[in-house]
Amino acid sequence: MSPHDHDHHHHDNHHDHGHHHDHDHGHPHDHQPDDKVHSYYQILGVAMKELLIAKGVVSADEVRRAVEMRDAITPANGAKVVARAWTDPAYRERLFKDANAAVKEFGIDIPATHLVAVENTSDVHNVVVCTLCSCYPRDLLGLPPSWYKSRAYRSRVVHEPRIVLSEFGTFIPDDVEVRVHDSTADMRYLVIPRRPEGTQGMNEEQLASLVTRDTMIGVSVVQAPKGA
Amino acid sequence: MMGAHLHEGDTVLVREDYPIGHIRTPVYVRGKKGVVVRRFGPFGNPETLAYSLPSDKRELYKVRFRQRDLWPLYRGSDADTIELDLYEHWLEKA
Repeated sequence: MSPHDHDHHHHDNHHDHGHHHDHDHGHPHDHQPDDKVHSYYQILGVAMKELLIAKGVVSADEVRRAVEMRDAITPANGAKVVARAWTDPAYRERLFKDANAAVKEFGIDIPATHLVAVENTSDVHNVVVCTLCSCYPRDLLGLPPSWYKSRAYRSRVVHEPRIVLSEFGTFIPDDVEVRVHDSTADMRYLVIPRRPEGTQGMNEEQLASLVTRDTMIGVSVVQAPKGA
Repeated sequence: MMGAHLHEGDTVLVREDYPIGHIRTPVYVRGKKGVVVRRFGPFGNPETLAYSLPSDKRELYKVRFRQRDLWPLYRGSDADTIELDLYEHWLEKA
């Protein structure tokens, strides 16, 4: 079971519950995340979890392990896929044909959703959002950043994407089409950024190190290393 | 469900309807025209799935809209677009 892949069937605030860190540290700093009043759906989520544990359907350790595994996924997964697509034309073709199968070559298994790779070119710049909740290719990028889930990003990037991009320091020329992907259904979008100039001598691993989370969401572009 | 499937290149009109429930068709494209750019095949209908009701499969399409057609005051290039994944029962051939 992979409940995290079904995020669009729920309300987005459930993604933030269940992480009871900060409880026993005794640090003097502000414990603001725990201070807030839980929303109806957060309470519902916690109640559901406690009930499933009480009835023996899942154990607390299984829940903890699932959260731990989820938290351990980083954008390095996506970066490996991008670097392979840049360096291996046959892999690139497989990726655009069937992204789920192509990422499985790296041992990344996405059972519940359909991954779609979209490629930035000299003509098109892609950027991804989920206006209705927080759909995100978690198996490739890890958990989404808080701004991705914010009402401001979700509502603004669909109608003024160039202004939002400029706030991220990303300026797309006027003759390049900005294409927003609103993840409204079972598809999860991964942007394949453009390979920067001056990286011909770099191997796949070195290239992967240039590819960041934000470039695979599409709010940034990959920079060549200084001196390249 | 519906008869003929849509195809890439078809111009479609999104139903302008405001039912209550778990609807995955954002309000900002309802009543707007776009073009089918990809056919994904049949997927469970979220409008019933969300309530654990028996769910039928609906054809899912990627539909491209021109930003200018959605937002009259859009600031950007005329070529800028937005794409959404929409289920067949929200689309009619225009």
